[in-house]
Amino acid sequence: MSNPKTIAVAMSGGVDSSAVAAMLRAEGHNVIGLTMQLWNQRRLAGHEGMPEQVTGRCCSLDDVYDARRVAEHIGIPYYVVNHEERFERDVVRPFVAEYLSGRTPIPCSLCNNHLKFDQLLVVAQQIGADSVATGHYARVQYDDARGRWLLMRPADRSKDQTYFLFGLTQGQLSRTLFPLGGMTKPEVRELARKQGLALAEKPDSQEICFVPGGDYKRFIDAYLAESGEALPDTAGELVTASGQVIGEHSGIHNFTVGQRKGLGVATGSPLYVIQINGADKQVIVGGDEHLYSRTLRARRVNLISVDDLREPLRVSVKIRHRHEPAGGVLEKIAADEILVTFDQPQRAITPGQAAVFYDGDIVVGGAWIA
Amino acid sequence: MRRIYLDNNASTPVLPEVLEAMQPYFGEHFGNASSIHHHGQETRAAVERARDSVARLLGCRPAEVVFTSGGTESDNLVIAGLTSAGDHIITSSIEHHAVLHAAKHLEETGCEVSFVPVDGRGLVDPDDVKRALRFNTKLISIMMANNETGVLQPVEEIGKIATEADVYFHTDAVQAAGKVPIDVKRMGCDALSISGHKMHAPQGVGALYIRKGTQLQPLFYGGRHERSRRAGTENVPGIVALGKAAELAMQGFERGDDKKMSTLRDRLQQGILAQVEEAAVNGDDAPRVPNTTNIYFDHIEGESMVISLDLKGLAVSTGAACSSGAIEPSHVLTAMGLRTDRVRASIRFSLGKQNTKEDIDVALALVPETVARLRELSPAYGKQAVVS
Repeated sequence: MSNPKTIAVAMSGGVDSSAVAAMLRAEGHNVIGLTMQLWNQRRLAGHEGMPEQVTGRCCSLDDVYDARRVAEHIGIPYYVVNHEERFERDVVRPFVAEYLSGRTPIPCSLCNNHLKFDQLLVVAQQIGADSVATGHYARVQYDDARGRWLLMRPADRSKDQTYFLFGLTQGQLSRTLFPLGGMTKPEVRELARKQGLALAEKPDSQEICFVPGGDYKRFIDAYLAESGEALPDTAGELVTASGQVIGEHSGIHNFTVGQRKGLGVATGSPLYVIQINGADKQVIVGGDEHLYSRTLRARRVNLISVDDLREPLRVSVKIRHRHEPAGGVLEKIAADEILVTFDQPQRAITPGQAAVFYDGDIVVGGAWIA
Repeated sequence: MRRIYLDNNASTPVLPEVLEAMQPYFGEHFGNASSIHHHGQETRAAVERARDSVARLLGCRPAEVVFTSGGTESDNLVIAGLTSAGDHIITSSIEHHAVLHAAKHLEETGCEVSFVPVDGRGLVDPDDVKRALRFNTKLISIMMANNETGVLQPVEEIGKIATEADVYFHTDAVQAAGKVPIDVKRMGCDALSISGHKMHAPQGVGALYIRKGTQLQPLFYGGRHERSRRAGTENVPGIVALGKAAELAMQGFERGDDKKMSTLRDRLQQGILAQVEEAAVNGDDAPRVPNTTNIYFDHIEGESMVISLDLKGLAVSTGAACSSGAIEPSHVLTAMGLRTDRVRASIRFSLGKQNTKEDIDVALALVPETVARLRELSPAYGKQAVVS
């Protein structure tokens, strides 16, 4: 190839990032495989309520083994880099704190912002790599007219991961490659097969990587117990939208906006969590109709395709990963706060989740729902 | 790319003479050393010649040498084999995991363990060992040389304390054997571990010196090999290799190879310190084995340094590898009271008999430029990384 680059590939031991490494290597680049050791799965194993056996996916020895075998197979140097301290500080602690204050966090975005596209980019630079490639389904390209790096939705809409990538800065995007952005998952598996990768049929991971079995409540209990911290008393009242106390609840961290099960009260019509009031430890419940709202406010804004919001902008907005973007108007209402007014009311707008704004395929930016 | 290996405390290449000595014992002389026929007699003789060589290296009798699978087995055999529930063990906070984790396991199964600290130079204070003695102390296990800093511990003084107190004294000499002369009588030790692959024999063979008359509970049950102290058919090629490596080490001491080694090590250490600011040697003021230097470079991440150097062909190390292969901060440097950032910024260079002056000069060209690059990208060094 005419212009080989030195590229660090973030290898998780899954099919996607393995295919990226194989593809870039086949194109003739100098590829360096890196796996981030983020969490010790054995740390909480056997704690009360946690499984004795290690079942979580994040940084499991099996995944490191798989990544190492791929690196060896395609003939690239491979290293595991230890970022456990930063992961705990920037992802796990905020994850626990958000639940305890009544919000529903997205650890994957925090990990992308603070680890994969921050720490890993620094390591890549330090070891002489021009850029970092990952197996995310998204596209990144430079737009001459705007003079900005754009983050865009991938060809395979069913695998779109742009929702988790809205926090990337221009500096980060300029050094990031998403080689799978133009491919579908079946094509990626086919590529992995053609490259002779033994893990071509490995199933996708879905759950939050450091929470075994997806049971975040047990994780929080075990994590706090291990740190020697008592689980704060987050129990309180169940209150209706009109302010009537109808019962007690076990703790606000056990609830998510839109949740129907587990409220412990029997009424004639179905009740849902419509709001969690962290300050008063109240869980507000109501009928389905109370879940809808036409506006949302969000803070800690990151803009990608534009440098500022000088006037209201028509966008479509995703309020959770599995949400069909809904039309609305985006406007800035404070230095670091935005307001979205939807065309149609949206169900279960959840504090702690991200609102990501799109202009067609282009990610305009995103912010954390307040 | 020219590859230079300065991580000999992790493992050493098998010397050509050692390889030559062991080779006939794979095919030509393959017999089981316990067999009564010709083939067994041949390999039995080879094993006993190797035992003589190892005994000479350690200053003990051949019957006091037990061949094992390596340093970890030797350490485990002696620690578990000399103690039982209710006993007290004294060891240090800077031991290899083979000793530390064995001691911690015994702690969970009914022994008491005292971990004596080290000072800022990485040295155990013999008075601390003395103060840690209890009525039920059965064993003192303090390493002869530390794997990360190369610091030599005051084993003779500790040996005297053990003798006076009538307590067993074991020393893990894995990082000392072949580098400095060993005399078990002078050290007053009852047991001593060595490992083949740290002294230019292959991986998978080691030995334990155990003083005559010491009752040792075996780890394995099986045949009566090694005077019933270690069951299992002997690893004859490995044992022959360890014997040859011991012989070569003795010849090396007579020739003054250890002095040459320390001259090369000092060339590396002084060359780095002369070219790189804000760098210092960990354990500088303590006596050290001649092949090791552990250098701290302010404002660098050891992990990135090791990877960068590896990509340029220079193999060194930092900290300890955990099961995934990621690096965990060194428990040894932490025990010396060094700040976390200094621990993470420390690199171990360890030389072997194969290293030449040219190797050192290549390292002296690579290390300063790599440190400069890493510092340029370190936000903490006063310059912003390119990523904002």
